[in-house]
Amino acid sequence: MKVGILYSRIRKDEKLLLSELRDRGHDVEKIDVRKERFGLDATTAAVDDLDIVVDRCLSTSRSLYATRFLDSYGVPVVNSPETGDVCADKAKNSLALAEADVPTPATEVAFTKDAALEAIESFGYPCVLKPVTGSWGRLMAKIDSRNAAEAILEHKETLGHYEHKVFYVQEFVDKPGRDIRVLAVDGEPVAAMTRSSDHWLTNAAKGGETKSFDLDDRALELVERASDAVGGGLLGVDLMEVGVDADSGPAEGGADGYTVHEVNHTVEFKALDAATDVDVPATVVDWLEEKAVELADAEAEEADA
Amino acid sequence: MTSDTDTLVAEDPITGDEIELPADVEVGEIIDSPVTGTELEVISLDPVVLEEAPELEEDWGE
Repeated sequence: MKVGILYSRIRKDEKLLLSELRDRGHDVEKIDVRKERFGLDATTAAVDDLDIVVDRCLSTSRSLYATRFLDSYGVPVVNSPETGDVCADKAKNSLALAEADVPTPATEVAFTKDAALEAIESFGYPCVLKPVTGSWGRLMAKIDSRNAAEAILEHKETLGHYEHKVFYVQEFVDKPGRDIRVLAVDGEPVAAMTRSSDHWLTNAAKGGETKSFDLDDRALELVERASDAVGGGLLGVDLMEVGVDADSGPAEGGADGYTVHEVNHTVEFKALDAATDVDVPATVVDWLEEKAVELADAEAEEADA
Repeated sequence: MTSDTDTLVAEDPITGDEIELPADVEVGEIIDSPVTGTELEVISLDPVVLEEAPELEEDWGE
């Protein structure tokens, strides 16, 4: 098959993917989106004969626009622009999960400093303020007091970009020092790991320690439903355990359940590949091969109809 | 430039030092300069050209 990779930076994740694709004899077309132009009915990118395009853009804005244009030309692309649109925005992400009855932390969005302060006070302290767009734990604030809330809101108002005036306030989930990252393809888990840290942010990008994790039936069900809620694809589903004593730690008694805090659409998997026995890039390429056939069949059916 | 089968040699764009890169390096790949630790982007392979990598932007991530 001929596979396009949308990118602007080749990370270890893309390197693993490229290597696996080439080892299997697939033709790979690397598409650096910084060098291309996207018109209303054509692009300078060489996409005409691609069986599937994988969006690996590091920049969310580029990811959303590039996939939308390719989809408009009829180029099969994963993840779909619709999935990207939901996952790239934390408010849309939370709404999609809630609409699908997937347990997710209580969240409110407010558009002014005063309304945001009311939301924060209604949650009580601590609570969490997040940018609606962003990743790797950047600009996340755990708010412990009204004084801190007032200061952070004032600072956010001066940051400039209009998105910082969309205040996304969330309950603080007292997780047991770790959260769970699941890489899934159309809801089917590829691999899972915990990310542990003494810091309240446990992201691997923030230096959280990673360890392989076995999903129980409840977690498997939630991963599938969370994936469906955002439109499926190659996704990173993040869960936190609830009902675990944060002081006694995750080994004591297990969790009563989980809450899904977000689903990521341009998921990094190098940490999962290192932390687990799963050959993650191989499993991802298995899925891409199936997906390319599935999308081609769907297109043929549509043409026949 | 190629030093042997396992590595490529390129000029660090900031210091001018010669630095070694893995032979399987990709265009678009980011490497850390062994001289300064700065992130460098591989711009081309023939010849091997490096540039200082773009700064992190607010919408980067997963």
